[in-house]
Amino acid sequence: MLQFVCKRFLAMILTLWVIATLTFLLMHSIPGSPFNSMNGKVLSDAAVKNMESHYHIDQPLPIQYLIYLKSIATFTYGPSIKQPSQTVNDLLGRGFPVSFELGMWSLVVAVLSGVLLGVFAALKHNGLIDYIAMTVAVFGISIPNFVLATLLIQELAVHWRLLPAGTWQGLSYMIMPIIALATAPMAIIARLIRSSMLEVLTQDYIRTAQAKGLSPFLIVTKHALKNALLPVVTVLGTLAASILTGTFVIEKIFAIPGMGKYFVDSINSRDYPVIMGTTMFYSALLIVMLFLVDIAYGWLDPRIKINKEGR
Amino acid sequence: MAKQSDKLLEVNNLHVSFKTHGGEVHAVRGVAFDIKQGETLAIVGESGCGKSVTSLAVMGLLPKPNGKIIDGSIRFKGTEMTTLTPKKMRRIQGVNVSMIFQDPMTALNPTLTIGSQLTEGIIHQKKVSRKEAHQKAIEMLHMVGLSNGEQRMKQYPYQFSGGMRQRIVIAMALICEPDLIIADEPTTALDVTIQAQILELFDHIQEETGVSMIMITHDLGVVAKTADRVAVMYAGKIVEMGSKRDIFYRAKHPYTQALLNAIVRVDIPADTLKPIEGAPPDLFAPPDGCAFCERCPFAMEVCQHVQPPTSMVDENHAVDCWLLDKRADTIRQKVEIL
Repeated sequence: MLQFVCKRFLAMILTLWVIATLTFLLMHSIPGSPFNSMNGKVLSDAAVKNMESHYHIDQPLPIQYLIYLKSIATFTYGPSIKQPSQTVNDLLGRGFPVSFELGMWSLVVAVLSGVLLGVFAALKHNGLIDYIAMTVAVFGISIPNFVLATLLIQELAVHWRLLPAGTWQGLSYMIMPIIALATAPMAIIARLIRSSMLEVLTQDYIRTAQAKGLSPFLIVTKHALKNALLPVVTVLGTLAASILTGTFVIEKIFAIPGMGKYFVDSINSRDYPVIMGTTMFYSALLIVMLFLVDIAYGWLDPRIKINKEGR
Repeated sequence: MAKQSDKLLEVNNLHVSFKTHGGEVHAVRGVAFDIKQGETLAIVGESGCGKSVTSLAVMGLLPKPNGKIIDGSIRFKGTEMTTLTPKKMRRIQGVNVSMIFQDPMTALNPTLTIGSQLTEGIIHQKKVSRKEAHQKAIEMLHMVGLSNGEQRMKQYPYQFSGGMRQRIVIAMALICEPDLIIADEPTTALDVTIQAQILELFDHIQEETGVSMIMITHDLGVVAKTADRVAVMYAGKIVEMGSKRDIFYRAKHPYTQALLNAIVRVDIPADTLKPIEGAPPDLFAPPDGCAFCERCPFAMEVCQHVQPPTSMVDENHAVDCWLLDKRADTIRQKVEIL
């Protein structure tokens, strides 16, 4: 196990380095510079020169690349160019908890409701519940989250006045963004669980469990679900990524002060330190998620763990 | 009526049918047998003759909602099982009647430890503590010939060979000390050497616990080794039933005789196998008369139209065949001369 973790850790570092390099190249290949317009004011040439030397943008690219790598390695991204009063770390520290809360709750809601929906659909195969669940799932997959978000605002906030339309100030503010963000992954999970559950339920070991006189509840939760969860865990990494990117849009629509806002704004304004910081942060987060998925594999299916140790 | 007490299981006129896309398959058509305490009944027949379905019906494990008992009774220790609620049926499954399945490679859950799978039945059914269940499971592993129980309990199915897994499955079936074990082709998926060991194990278990068994198999070698009595099934019916000696030495039904003839023997030189020509009838539309008559070398006019009645050769030896009818005597003589 330790060997596996170490190997994966090295691979993670390598992946991050590749991402950092690509980001750097892309970042500098977009035309324009952070000083094209500074808060609406046009700067004098001398001022731009000063600024450029301050942020090392006048250096040749290879030198800039090395400075860039160094700041990533030491987690010192420095202050934002656009809002010099705050460092990138400040922005991340303020935005991340909000985004994390939104993302994690969405993921939890998506997994729990998706699994529940899928299991019931499988148990009532070709019954009413099955048809309802699968209809919900098809809608969930087909409707993009920004459409769902605007529909929710229109109906629940504007028309019925049940929930607040935006910002992030407590539980009632979280409901709509979480629904908007969780619906699509929930639908994907429900369909996956349904089909894998249907397959698992025909397996011999389920009949063995029945022959022991176990209750249907115990058979489903202990014997079937653990096996049926494997394909879900496989897509969990990708789903986490899609929820993560989904937060950009959803945060924008619901005016949630999360990281997504800074991420999008920083690219538009070529705020190099912020682009660097948010990209690296998101990448690291995603890689850690994928790593956790691999660990979960081993827990769900003991055969997989041994194979990786052996290699 | 006084005799009822020594019968552990009585099956009468059992009919089972399956709904499929092609229509309704009448898989078991009026099966009757009984088992006494400590006895082993072998049910023999070719694939699709209804032997497994019969056993699943007794276990209450017919696949829902397609499989259904449409007629007949299954009485276990005097309790009618066909009308029990699923909840009451579960109190019997694994506790009074347990089952050993054909393929040990798939009968165990790959994601749970052996220990967890061994103990869950007894914990759930008999409400014993985890510790007691653990002890009992190790005892059972020892009984089926697996040493190092403590360590085995923590292992997963993929860490065992096929023969060992079948031993574990057997231990699992035994843990609640059932009165009856139904073994559905327990050796079919195993090597011949392992087969012998497992059959030996059944003998040993029966000696030790006095459990009754239904041995479902198509292997007459297994029958010879384990059975007290034998029921030969064909197309959803028992066509001949008797003691092991009755079946092996005094078989009356042409199907039983053909089965025995089809055994390959090394001590008798033969260039070709002697299969039973033809195929079993389509159970979507069961024939009016004897189901075997299409393939029977002795078939008579009556066989095609009327189901043969059960004739008793002696007290324990029953045969469903028109050849045993008094009126058929002369015909049988003729055929035998040919």
